[in-house]
Amino acid sequence: MPVIVKSFTNAGEAAAALSSEREARYLGGGTLVMRALNEGDISISTIVRATDAAMTRIDATGSRVTIGASVTFARILAERDLAFLHAPARSIGGPAVRNMGTVGGNLFAPIPYGDFTVALLALDATVAIQGSFGGRDMPLDEFLQARERQGGALVLSVSFPRIAGESFRYRKVARIQPKGGSVITLAAHLPVSSGRIAGARVALGSMAPVPTRARAVERALEGRALDAATIAAAAAAATEGTSPGDNALASAWYRREIVGVHLRRLLSGQE
Amino acid sequence: MSKIPLQFRHNGREVAIFVDGGTNLLVALRELIGDMTPKFGCGQGGCGACSVLIDGALHLSCLTLAETVAGRSVETLDGIKQGPQLHPLQRAFMENFAAQCGYCTPGMLMAAKALLDRNPQPSRAEVVEAISGNICRCTGYEPIINAVLAAASGGRASA
Ligand SMILES: Cc1cc2nc3c(=O)[nH]c(=O)nc-3n(C[C@H](O)[C@H](O)[C@H](O)COP(=O)(O)OP(=O)(O)OC[C@H]3O[C@@H](n4cnc5c(N)ncnc54)[C@H](O)[C@@H]3O)c2cc1C
Ligand code: FES
Ligand code: FES
Repeated sequence: MPVIVKSFTNAGEAAAALSSEREARYLGGGTLVMRALNEGDISISTIVRATDAAMTRIDATGSRVTIGASVTFARILAERDLAFLHAPARSIGGPAVRNMGTVGGNLFAPIPYGDFTVALLALDATVAIQGSFGGRDMPLDEFLQARERQGGALVLSVSFPRIAGESFRYRKVARIQPKGGSVITLAAHLPVSSGRIAGARVALGSMAPVPTRARAVERALEGRALDAATIAAAAAAATEGTSPGDNALASAWYRREIVGVHLRRLLSGQE
Repeated sequence: MSKIPLQFRHNGREVAIFVDGGTNLLVALRELIGDMTPKFGCGQGGCGACSVLIDGALHLSCLTLAETVAGRSVETLDGIKQGPQLHPLQRAFMENFAAQCGYCTPGMLMAAKALLDRNPQPSRAEVVEAISGNICRCTGYEPIINAVLAAASGGRASA
């Protein structure tokens, strides 16, 4: 069924169009929206696009890194300053999906997708949103918890503090290599100060309806040296606060069984 | 509902068509331009049979909103042969028995071309990665990987 497509060169105008119409859907790279349209999803009557250059910008020069919502994973992979994000970007789709899919769209991707968002969550990212009431910044964690109610708001960019690349770790567990949906996705940012972890951030994908911080794991790591005892305590806390579901890739039971194993491998730097 | 005028380069030639809102590029190419080389496999991004190059980069035409290619260059399998000459990749596919039913072949060739255009001497792992979004139900992939590697080394021999 034909839909109405509204394209804007200005993000503000796109946001206004998006918030004024209930059945309007924003089109990023379209890898999920076009899928829905091809399937005959009749809940989409209007597509809104923004070709605003500001949304395609990457600024990795200052103390905070800002990535426009329309930036694709292929662009991340071409950015030398963002080397620590290459593993999450490379773990998504095949090459065509990486040329098309965007960072903004990934924030809305349902399970088994949203791998890049798991990485952003461990980086303590904030989301810049343009709604009908103007612009605001929101912690990614909060954004994800209220994701179902974000309809009508346009994400402009995500940003996070610049980090030392070696303090960041990422692991996606998939059944099909090199491409496949996530069984579980794990990301950790573990800055070390005087031999101890200070400001641990650990995020899990596919362990709850949206990517979530593993706060019990963070508590087990905080202030400790990353030794065998700490890693064992963190792995033991891996399922705390999680609520995984069953899908074609794995059961909830299996996810609970293996999350600690993969967390231990992530923390001990094993392949 | 009114049609949307759309102009872009299709295999080096300017084309102008009218599309319905929401039409994907695969439908535009096959039904409105008559280029049957990109195939419809799933319409879900899962098989890669519809792969085309947009401004040189690999895209899934079934997940591309047609009007987003306005003013851009779209290359399909139909455009890779040089006159009556098969493209080196096509020749390598033929010689290495890389096509059985042939349904995945147009997408495989475009994915392989996207790789070789950027990286003329890829490793085996890079070839596997490059075609990882393309499904083949017949060959078991080995002959396809070998064909892409053969086309790459053939290019080196003749260069
Ligand atoms: C074959 C295949 C394999 C895939 N593999 C993976 C994978 O391994 N890992 C993974 O994480 N994902 C995967 N995906 C899913 C998807 O490609 C990615 O999650 C991608 O990041 C989605 O981005 P997009 O720009 O294409 O989203 P779109 O389809 O454009 O949008 C998705 C949703 O987000 C909303 N949206 C998009 N941008 C904005 C914005 N700026 N503001 C407000 N709302 C917005 C849209 O309205 C829509 O509801 C795969 C998809 C396919 C087809
Ligand atoms: S038809 Fe486009 S990926 Fe299958
Ligand atoms: S040759 Fe039949 S699907 Fe690949």
